[in-house]
Amino acid sequence: MSTGHVLLGLLSRGQRHGYELKREHDERFPAARPLAFGQVYTTLERLHRQGLVEPVAVHRVDGPDRTVYEVTDTGRTEIHAWLRNIETPAPHVSNPLSTKVTIALLVGDAAAAADYLRRQRRAHLERMRYYTRVKTDGGSSLHEVLAADYALSHLDADLSWMETASQRVHALEKEIGT
Amino acid sequence: MNRTSTTQPTPSHLGPDSSMLRARSLVVSYGRTAALRGVTLEVRRGEILAVTGPSGSGKSTLLLTLAGILVPDAGEVHFGERCITAENESSRSRLRRKQFGVLFQFGQLVPELTAEENVALPLLLSGRRRGVAITAATTWLDRFGVADLAKVRPPEMSGGQAQRVAVARAMVTEPEVLFADEPTGALDTLAGEQVMTQLVRVAREADTTVVLVTHDARIAAYGDREVVVRDGVLPDPIPADEASVSGREEGRS
Repeated sequence: MSTGHVLLGLLSRGQRHGYELKREHDERFPAARPLAFGQVYTTLERLHRQGLVEPVAVHRVDGPDRTVYEVTDTGRTEIHAWLRNIETPAPHVSNPLSTKVTIALLVGDAAAAADYLRRQRRAHLERMRYYTRVKTDGGSSLHEVLAADYALSHLDADLSWMETASQRVHALEKEIGT
Repeated sequence: MNRTSTTQPTPSHLGPDSSMLRARSLVVSYGRTAALRGVTLEVRRGEILAVTGPSGSGKSTLLLTLAGILVPDAGEVHFGERCITAENESSRSRLRRKQFGVLFQFGQLVPELTAEENVALPLLLSGRRRGVAITAATTWLDRFGVADLAKVRPPEMSGGQAQRVAVARAMVTEPEVLFADEPTGALDTLAGEQVMTQLVRVAREADTTVVLVTHDARIAAYGDREVVVRDGVLPDPIPADEASVSGREEGRS
């Protein structure tokens, strides 16, 4: 989970300066820790060095200079590559999962969100097969079985959320006719 | 292109080119409601295939169609060399008795019969002698760890016990394919786990292919592979290669 990708996602909706990005981030991801201004600016500079964003203007209102950034084509490619990468299935991954779906929808691509959810489901189920084998292969100790149960319950909870998310995204796709 | 057309790797115990059932462009409607809208699917020999999806997605209809219980409005189901959708009902009925086993959520045991009589029933119906059928039934009850219930009738069993007897009955004819629709749906977690563990172990030993319909990911995780039915269709397979990002941009213009 990287702040860079979240900022790229927010920027892909249009030009913003750092302060607007911070405000939008804190508003859209209330469960996340609020971004520090310093972190926003150092991240934007890093994204600029990587060619993912570009400064397009400097606004001077009665205060400090505010540099307005926009996403480059490379930046757009990067955000889609990130959306295609699954998170490592593990307990407590729900926050990055929902963040990724939110960003996918923000960049205006319900198909990308649906595609990501399907890939993530496959990865989760593969992990669940592993824990199921731990339980059924015999020779596992009780604490290994209990740990497998715990992991399975959490992965199942993620999947349950992902299923609901899929249905919502599916409904959205139908509505916007993609 | 480093891509494969399947969504999961073939289980290691299977060779290539080992198709058991092939369904092509299945369409099934109930009145005006389309339950399946063009499903194409291959079930490989010896695999345990989980068919999942939200309720009303068409997954049970798919199972009934693959098992030859339901005749599709369009499309074909092939079982080895046979096109079962082109066969008449008596031929499909023989197929279901001999080569297919079917298991539903509530085992549907005959309440008046003992466990061993219930399990012997499919053999008796296909003309086996009672002694032979009862001996086979005893063996299968033992494989599912319920030999001690041989003389017990279903109303005196727990849900988990009854379902293990029902699995034994579905397996007693040693079917090539077992179709199971929510086989643990009525059970609590541990009872369901016991049924699934034994079902998977016995199916592997008997080299039985299993088509397992479930809404529950924890049950689907007993399978080798998953297909998700959504709105009567199977979404296109997703490429196994996660790294490739080429070709994503043109879809956005």
